[in-house]
Amino acid sequence: MTTRKLGRGVALVGAGMSKFGAFPGKSSRDLFVEAFQEMLGSVDKGFDAKDIEALFIGNFSSDLFENQGHTAPIMADWVGLTPRPATRIEDACASSGVALRQGLLAVASGLYDIVLVGGIEKMTDLPIERVTDTLATAADALYEVPAGFTFPGLYASMATAYMAQYGANPDVFLKVGYKNHENGSLNEKAQFGQRIASIMEARKASAAKKGLPVPTWADEMEFLKDDRANPIIAWPMRLYDCSPVSDGAAAVILVSEEIARRFTDKPLYVLGSGQGSDGAIHSRPTLTSLASAKYAARVAYEMAGVKPADIQAVEVHDCFTVAEIIATEDLGFFKPGEGWKAVEEGKTARDGIRPINTSGGLKSKGHPVGASGIGQVLEIWKQLRGEAGQRQLPGNPNLGLTHNVGGTGQTCTVHIFERR
Amino acid sequence: MSDTEFTSTAHYNALGEHRLVGSRCKSCGILFFPARPMCPECHGNDMEADELSGKGKLAAYSIIYIAPTAMIQAGYDRKNPYCAAVVNLEEGPSICAQLLGADVAHPETIKIGTPVEATFIDRGEGDARRTFLGFQL
Repeated sequence: MTTRKLGRGVALVGAGMSKFGAFPGKSSRDLFVEAFQEMLGSVDKGFDAKDIEALFIGNFSSDLFENQGHTAPIMADWVGLTPRPATRIEDACASSGVALRQGLLAVASGLYDIVLVGGIEKMTDLPIERVTDTLATAADALYEVPAGFTFPGLYASMATAYMAQYGANPDVFLKVGYKNHENGSLNEKAQFGQRIASIMEARKASAAKKGLPVPTWADEMEFLKDDRANPIIAWPMRLYDCSPVSDGAAAVILVSEEIARRFTDKPLYVLGSGQGSDGAIHSRPTLTSLASAKYAARVAYEMAGVKPADIQAVEVHDCFTVAEIIATEDLGFFKPGEGWKAVEEGKTARDGIRPINTSGGLKSKGHPVGASGIGQVLEIWKQLRGEAGQRQLPGNPNLGLTHNVGGTGQTCTVHIFERR
Repeated sequence: MSDTEFTSTAHYNALGEHRLVGSRCKSCGILFFPARPMCPECHGNDMEADELSGKGKLAAYSIIYIAPTAMIQAGYDRKNPYCAAVVNLEEGPSICAQLLGADVAHPETIKIGTPVEATFIDRGEGDARRTFLGFQL
């Protein structure tokens, strides 16, 4: 494979996001305005929104979630960009990872110097069955869904394949969720920003207040293995293995490298970008790795000229806990079959040798699907600029990576960022 | 080859006759199931129908407690979960299908690699009645 390079350098000079959560009464456009305003305030040397030349927005299914198609021009209007071009990108949960890549290519081509890239999703207006059905439209409607598969079910089946192939115990998945809640408890934007210990104590207090028998979980793992506290969604995936149903938006500004320092002394340069595709789950030679992710990672690493070991800050697509383990192997941080052991050994914790998802990941931070890809970039933006507060990684990190998956890996994007 | 021979409609019609019909590329020899009208390897469309035995091995599975609407209508829910699986057929291709006969209350006893055999599940009423592929443990 020939190593491909961008036509010219592109940098990130501003980034913002709404809080992720359930926000009755707010539509995706309201959330996008919140993300946009935070993005404007994040540009160190100031920024005139009138200079934005185009908008690329990731969104999975405003059509079914909000009964609203043709979403991009609405977002452009709400943030004052009309009549400039606004394009919606749909690749399921990788929609805004792909939007980022499209914005990147648009600036690298020389057509634009300044573009806005965003992601939006408003999921919580629908009842849970219709959310399940809507998410299932990202799977193969002819050959996966009729088998009774849901999204948790598809990832759960990857988990059973992984357990059988590598001898992993289902408890390891719970440890990924536990770790991500630890991280998310330090993220003020997180939807479920509580430690598992706090959730457990709150349950005990609630039972006591209602005069019910107070559960006697010995520790967090016992709580997480309790069918009543942590019900099975699709075995072996339980509630705390699954990212939540969320509303949220995120936005970043991409500019050509030549003008980046006009806006900030700490731009993040986009060193590498890769994107891959794949067929339905039954058409794959393996269920314990995503071919699209490995392809996207290889392209991104080659473009960037860096190796997995060089990367310091990492956000991966943990839509389900098993997905995080597989992602860390596909990205080359651990060998195939070693990712689950790394979790057991605490290597992926914030103070481990390979911290994964310092933001809390999709699990704790929330997963407004079309916004998640840019939401991940927000964490890398903060970590590489030393602005991550209590969850800041030590060692002044300057190289970060995002891994954003659509469906069960039918789409994957990998991006690598550097602060110089 | 007729216009509809290797479409999803033909796939489900064949399931209605309790048959698993794939398509084999006459140039590459590769068998596809579900059938495809064009070989994605050589891009040729000289495909012939090839019937599969329905015998295979369990490749992956999950016990689904939170079901999609179609399965809720079929009587499944949190109290009555079901097993969805990926099965590797002995002719090579793999397919997603419901797995019957699995002990859903003890999912750890279900073993990947176990032989399974195709069965046919009728769901829906009247014109909406359709036959789905299942496997029996």
